[in-house]
Amino acid sequence: MTYAISFENIYFTVKDRHILNNITGNIEKGKITALVGPSGAGKSTLLKMCNGLLSPTSGHIFIDGDPITSYEPTLLRRKVGFALQNAPMIRETVYDNINLPYALNDKTISEQEAIDFLELVGLHESFLHTSIDDLSGGERQRVSLARTLVPQSDILLLDEITSALDEQSMLDIEQLIIHLKNEKNLTIIWITHQMEQAKRCADNIWVLMDGKLEEIGSSAILSHSANERVEQFLHGGVK
Amino acid sequence: MTYTTLAITLIFVLIPLLLSKTLKLELEKDVTIATIRSIIQLLAVGYILKFVFDSESFLYIGLMVLLMVVAATNNARKKGNNIKGIIWKVALTLISVEIVTQSILLGFGIVPPTAQYIISISGMIIGNSMVLSILFLNRFKAELDNSQDQVQLFLSLGATPKQAIHRQLIDAIKASMIPTIESQKTMGLVQLPGMMSGQIIAGADPLQAVQFQLLILFLLLTTAAMTSVILGFLVYPTLFNKQMQFLKFM
Repeated sequence: MTYAISFENIYFTVKDRHILNNITGNIEKGKITALVGPSGAGKSTLLKMCNGLLSPTSGHIFIDGDPITSYEPTLLRRKVGFALQNAPMIRETVYDNINLPYALNDKTISEQEAIDFLELVGLHESFLHTSIDDLSGGERQRVSLARTLVPQSDILLLDEITSALDEQSMLDIEQLIIHLKNEKNLTIIWITHQMEQAKRCADNIWVLMDGKLEEIGSSAILSHSANERVEQFLHGGVK
Repeated sequence: MTYTTLAITLIFVLIPLLLSKTLKLELEKDVTIATIRSIIQLLAVGYILKFVFDSESFLYIGLMVLLMVVAATNNARKKGNNIKGIIWKVALTLISVEIVTQSILLGFGIVPPTAQYIISISGMIIGNSMVLSILFLNRFKAELDNSQDQVQLFLSLGATPKQAIHRQLIDAIKASMIPTIESQKTMGLVQLPGMMSGQIIAGADPLQAVQFQLLILFLLLTTAAMTSVILGFLVYPTLFNKQMQFLKFM
């Protein structure tokens, strides 16, 4: 079976400190995998490796069965889309941000197409020429998600994309992500700090703690885990 | 000017010393060292220049220019110590600027090919280029520190390193050139350039002095533009590795 992403003995070390410690596992195609764990567990580092923003100190990553090193970096990053934490924006308007993936290829997205992406993430077309300075935190996250969807990637990496959203907006985005997965057979890796969100959306759960992959399983492990450390984390014992 | 009158000018050193002592600024030691160093360094340079001017040898002229490049490189590189190959990048920048500007000056016969002109103008070009290098490196570092998220965003969307760093690079180039451009706007209104004043004091015709000063001002514009652009394009690739990953290098 070919997996969307496979990790083999991944280590990432900075100044003798293991940020990631022997990660081995497979991300299934067409599924949502939630990456949960305490702050500083190495979740964002692992996500950045999937998009080639970082490379492991040792170990191998395979994308669709091919070594990640065999991909030309710019093509890999279009194949594996990444909605970054903090939703960084470029100046000046929402349109400029939606257009950015096109601009990098010396192309321009049509206004109608840009509006379609905005509406997909629940933003009205009137936002198109709004300055990014006038956006709320939640609106920025929606624009960031829309921008990530523009290149039509096969794999989506989502780093806490609903942290600034209100309850209803968060549920809307969750529905959108599930819809995209089903509609386009996307593979999604989603970092979230909200266990309920992971339960609602994820097909698979990965629990990372102190750089180690403590447990892989279905959302049921979030209710009860045989792993003592994971159980401790789930009940608030580890932040 | 006689050595006696030169000695009288030490009054201008005594004034800051007295002020420092009275107001307890504790700058007496620094002022004294600065005065002694400037006397020794300038006298030494004066004798060396006299020797080189008298010899009329292109070998000595070349050595003088080389010495300037080495000293300027050593000073400017401190601002980019963590950049791979910063020494040769700064040196290459200074040498390129020197070659281009001197080629135009000598090639078009704007100045005669004598030690007096080549060395004096080289000092201005290399000195200015050194300051521009420092300004550029400082600004580029600040731009990158403030926009790591942006660079990462561009890369995550499949940008090339050049695309990812473009705005920060352009902003740093522009910012480092602004002082040169701005000071030229007020030239003659707010300040009389040192070189022009020197020529006038030495008895030169003010209009001749102005003409020569204009030449230097235009030269410094080219120096500013070339330094920032060359150094910028030499430095930015070192921010990335072969996998097009952004390295926190500075």
